Amino acid sequence: MSNSQWPLWEVFTQKKAGLPFEHAGSVHAPDKEMALQNARDVYSRRNEATCIWVILSENIISSTPEDIGSFFDPANDKIYRNPNFYKITGTTLE
Amino acid sequence: MQDNLNKFVSEYSLRIGDTSLILGQRLGEWCGHGPILEEDIAITNISLDLIGQARSFLTYAGGLLENNKSEDDLAFFRDTREYRNTLLAEQPNGDFAHTMLRQLFISAFQYCFFEKLKSSKDETISALAEKSLKEVTYHLRHSGEWIKRLGDGTGESKSKVTEALEELWKYTGDLFSMDEVDEALIKKGIAVNLDDVKKNWQMKIKEIFAEATLEYPSDTFMITGGILGNHTEYLGHLLAEMQILPRSFPGAEW
Repeated sequence: MSNSQWPLWEVFTQKKAGLPFEHAGSVHAPDKEMALQNARDVYSRRNEATCIWVILSENIISSTPEDIGSFFDPANDKIYRNPNFYKITGTTLE
Repeated sequence: MQDNLNKFVSEYSLRIGDTSLILGQRLGEWCGHGPILEEDIAITNISLDLIGQARSFLTYAGGLLENNKSEDDLAFFRDTREYRNTLLAEQPNGDFAHTMLRQLFISAFQYCFFEKLKSSKDETISALAEKSLKEVTYHLRHSGEWIKRLGDGTGESKSKVTEALEELWKYTGDLFSMDEVDEALIKKGIAVNLDDVKKNWQMKIKEIFAEATLEYPSDTFMITGGILGNHTEYLGHLLAEMQILPRSFPGAEW
């Protein structure tokens, strides 16, 4: 079954020029032009986008659930990395 | 004179709206039956675009009539002989290759047609043409890309699209049929000369067929009659399904 499917593509849409692209979902398509058209039809038919990116899902490198401990936990107890930890001296910004 | 002009513009608008309406209804039959979910949505998106166009053109056509008809009066209470759509629009969906080839022929026509019609001296028609042009540009891109892939795809996809071509080609001549309505409105700068549209259409189709490795058919006998209300047997069945609810329960609202 799975080898009869077209490749999977991830779709990113931009709501307005200047805003970041957000992951909208995924589509199946045989090639990049059809992937773009399918993405347009599935994810922007209600006026959600002004620009679309598609990328073959297999080209996305993702961290794995096993990485959670070593990747993200060490950041848990380092609140001084948040800029609001520091007191701003001198004149106030307000 | 003004009455006559209104009658002609109404008839002209009706022809444009009918083709969009009937093709939109046909494409709606694909809902839930698309080859993949993405294509199911694509086809029904196109269908909704076309029904939107039909609503505008039928509303305009109805408002110009002496007895002032609404879009619903025109869509649901006319019989086959009163429909003015091009014959190609009513042809059955067949397989996916049939549907996409029919779409390509009509979308390429609408693209070349609306491109010229947006300069119409009738302000409403010009505005509707401009809005519709954006929609059919996408329909043309979508169906064109599919025909390239089907024609230049596998042996099976090529044989299916070739079969569809043999079946549908004879209805393409009807896209360019004109009569005294066109003639009178061309003189007034309201209508478009379909002979010019035909040249652009042929160029577009030849371009796409070359990429699709499909042979562009030579001149053959063409079946015409859409603008006169002489339709193929398929339109009656389509109308029966489309019209049964408003005809069984006139004025029904939900």
